[in-house]
Amino acid sequence: MANVVLRNVRKTYPGGFEAIKGIDFEVGDGQFCVLVGPSGCGKSTLLRMVAGLETITSGEIDIGGRIVNQIEPAERDIAMVFQNYALYPHMTVYNNMAYGLRNRGMAKPEIETRVQEAARILEIGPMLDRKPRQLSGGQRQRVAMGRAIVRQPKVFLFDEPLSNLDAKLRIAMRVEIRKLQRRLATTAIYVTHDQLEAMTLADILVVMNGGIVEQIGNPLEIYQKPATTFVASFIGAPPMNLIPLDGAELHAQFAGDSRSETEAGILGIRPEDLSILPASETVGGFALELMVDAIERVGPETFIYGARAHRDGKPAISRKPGELPPGEVIVRVPGQIAPAIGERIVATAPRDKLHLFSADGRRRIDL
Amino acid sequence: MEKSAYFKGRLLPYLLLVPQLVITFLFFYWPASQALWQSFLREDAFGLSSDFIGLENYQTLFAQPEYYKSMLTTAVFSSLVAVLSLSIALLFATQADKNLKAAPAFKTFMIWPYAVAPAVAGVLWIFMFHPSLGTLARPLRAMGFDWNPLLNGDHAMALVVMAAVWKQISYNFLFFLAGLQAIPKSVIEAGAIDGAGPMRRFWTIVFPLLSPTTFFLLVVNVVYVFFDTFGIIDAVSGGGPAGATTTMVYKVYADGRLGGDLGGSAAQSVVLMVIVIAMTAIQFRYVERRVQY
Amino acid sequence: MVEHRPWNDIIAYAILTFGVFIVAFPVYLAVIASTHDAATVVNGNMPLLPGGHALENYYRAVFVGGSRTSREPVGHMLMNSLISATGIAVGKIFISILSAYAVVYFRFPFRMTAFWIIFVTLMLPVEVRIYPTYKVMADLHMLDTYAGLILPLIASATGTLLFRQFFMTVPDELLEASRIDGAGPIRFFIDTLLPLSVTTIAALFVIQFIYGWNQYLWPLLITTQDSMQTIVTGIKKMLTTTDELAEWQLAMATAVLAMLPPIAVVVFMQRLFVRGLVETEK
Repeated sequence: MANVVLRNVRKTYPGGFEAIKGIDFEVGDGQFCVLVGPSGCGKSTLLRMVAGLETITSGEIDIGGRIVNQIEPAERDIAMVFQNYALYPHMTVYNNMAYGLRNRGMAKPEIETRVQEAARILEIGPMLDRKPRQLSGGQRQRVAMGRAIVRQPKVFLFDEPLSNLDAKLRIAMRVEIRKLQRRLATTAIYVTHDQLEAMTLADILVVMNGGIVEQIGNPLEIYQKPATTFVASFIGAPPMNLIPLDGAELHAQFAGDSRSETEAGILGIRPEDLSILPASETVGGFALELMVDAIERVGPETFIYGARAHRDGKPAISRKPGELPPGEVIVRVPGQIAPAIGERIVATAPRDKLHLFSADGRRRIDL
Repeated sequence: MEKSAYFKGRLLPYLLLVPQLVITFLFFYWPASQALWQSFLREDAFGLSSDFIGLENYQTLFAQPEYYKSMLTTAVFSSLVAVLSLSIALLFATQADKNLKAAPAFKTFMIWPYAVAPAVAGVLWIFMFHPSLGTLARPLRAMGFDWNPLLNGDHAMALVVMAAVWKQISYNFLFFLAGLQAIPKSVIEAGAIDGAGPMRRFWTIVFPLLSPTTFFLLVVNVVYVFFDTFGIIDAVSGGGPAGATTTMVYKVYADGRLGGDLGGSAAQSVVLMVIVIAMTAIQFRYVERRVQY
Repeated sequence: MVEHRPWNDIIAYAILTFGVFIVAFPVYLAVIASTHDAATVVNGNMPLLPGGHALENYYRAVFVGGSRTSREPVGHMLMNSLISATGIAVGKIFISILSAYAVVYFRFPFRMTAFWIIFVTLMLPVEVRIYPTYKVMADLHMLDTYAGLILPLIASATGTLLFRQFFMTVPDELLEASRIDGAGPIRFFIDTLLPLSVTTIAALFVIQFIYGWNQYLWPLLITTQDSMQTIVTGIKKMLTTTDELAEWQLAMATAVLAMLPPIAVVVFMQRLFVRGLVETEK
């Protein structure tokens, strides 16, 4: 049992590329910490630095009160579950799990007990004599977990362990990993690019981008109060609508509260915080007039893609894949609501559901 | 290509390299540099003393008509063997690629000459075509053809070429078959839909797609003819009659062994090394191109 | 093929059957000759069906040797061939798997230098440097020894390149998992890399065994005593007497014996053989 503390951790590659640009955070004993971010944000590198598979350029990594910067991976008292599982293909399931224990010189009966116990927990008892290639993806995943838990380490490290599974199995394993971690009460650091996985698993969520931490906190808090536009659009699906406003619009919108003093900014509204009204009805609070572009009906809910009525007549051009074109807004409504394409609607949101960010998106502006 | 995960060991990697490096220095670099050095020396008949004579060995070498003859022989021999073994192997490979049920069985039969030692192959072929006792020489002579590879240089060359081709067909066949099987069937089907008949498809689609394999095999075959056919020549003709089948490698051997002229033999070795290095360089340029292909 | 014409198949079968005939006939003839007596073989009218002297010929070849010249019996030569071919194959695998491991899995000064020193040997087969190598062997007193037959032929980069290529395909995570499991470089090599390399080792063994077995020029030079010669060099020596006196039936029996082990290896280990062949040339 241990906590993990990172102090101003940096990683610069020999070529000069700075992958990790000074990161600080602490994972308390028994907590489940998830590092989330887009690919290339440095989250896997950071995890591998904790594991000892990558060197640390500067800063300190502390596991259970011991600085581990110069300590070999095997001596750090950690266990890791790899994305491709990295099972030894020529060893049986039993030997895959026992290998690390044998290398430590553990007595045979003790190894036997631990492996059997892990096999029981993970329900892979009948497969102990098989080779990894005779197992399904989900079973391999379990063996990889088993290899980690027999070690009874201070910290579990997970590197996108579910990304090779199909969607259904991924959800099942996600729940299982969480249950297992609670039961063993072992500190865990888990890397993923899937925000849903991150939200559901984390005690502490660390949102990373470009080698820095964008926000740390508990998942709901991050969802409710994203610190930057990056976090706002990364956490939550579909992403938060972000609408640039100039000073006048801002002033009109937030008349009467401190936020109206901002020069210009970005207004954020989650799709689920919007509701729609027929255009004829008058509204109070915040309202957007939209023309319906496209509709996605997924059953329990419907996503409405609407174009804002342009004042300046600028065409709506998408900036980046996955990002809304300026002026396009997503509204998430219950499944039975379905306006026609081309219909004009008004989407409204209560004032307290509005988020405001500085014009560069780097800062949240609260009341 | 580099591994991103590795060990930091200090001494261990050097220890792991020692056996191979020792062997390589002892039996490769040392002799190769000796050859280079000796090619500038003249040794007396008893090997007791030697003088540095600069390029004289090379001058003597290139003044010999026999040396040019051996170059010509090597060129003729190489091109005949390469062209014949490649075309015959390609013919067989295209037939075996036709998805025949029996193709694997044919493959098993086709590959075993590869396992036959060149010297043994030479013995088998001289036995078949021996002027007095050869099973296949008899019909030739009965038809009035004065077949005698032991006396006629052209006949000897023909026999050496046949034996060398016979041995090399297997290798070429395997690579051509693999090359053919790597061509997506859909490309050929597209050709058929575009109205190309089987012959036209072969020359306009299959053959161009096969060209990396063909070029690779061409280089391998030339290297094969240069070095691996020594046993065939020694068994069939011993370089004769009258030097008609003396290739450059055979001449290095014969001059060194029979003449005892180590300086001259070393000079020949050096010339051969230069030729081989040039061929290898061509091969590597090609390999690079193939990677991009 | 796209067409479904029956004659297409017939032509293919005809061409392939002809091919097999060309490939097989010289070997067939050798087998036939090894079953006749000397007179039948030499008179130029040898039948194309087996004769009745097989046992006699093979017995003489293996245990006695030729009668007109005092020769080594083939049994002994077979043993020499087996020892040197196995030695070459095992030696090459041994030195090259170690050096490939060093080059791929370690970072150390002069790593690339070492790699190039080994790599250059690809270019020059032993044939170009026979006399200087012979002299080195003589200086080291290795003439007429198994070491002399074996060592110079294992100085080559083929194996190193093959293993390097295979190691590059082994996922990095296996090494990382091993490090977390507490395995150092030697443990990782023995426990993980070696078991994974079994097929590659076997394929290389097949190719190198054939290569070693079929050597001719080098054993010819390095062995001066008949007791050290290999079977491939031995056959030729049986035929160096005048042709009329040469015992062709014994030479052919010897040829058959010389072909048997490598052909058996190729035919029975075809998949390994093809794999080894294709991969050593990449």
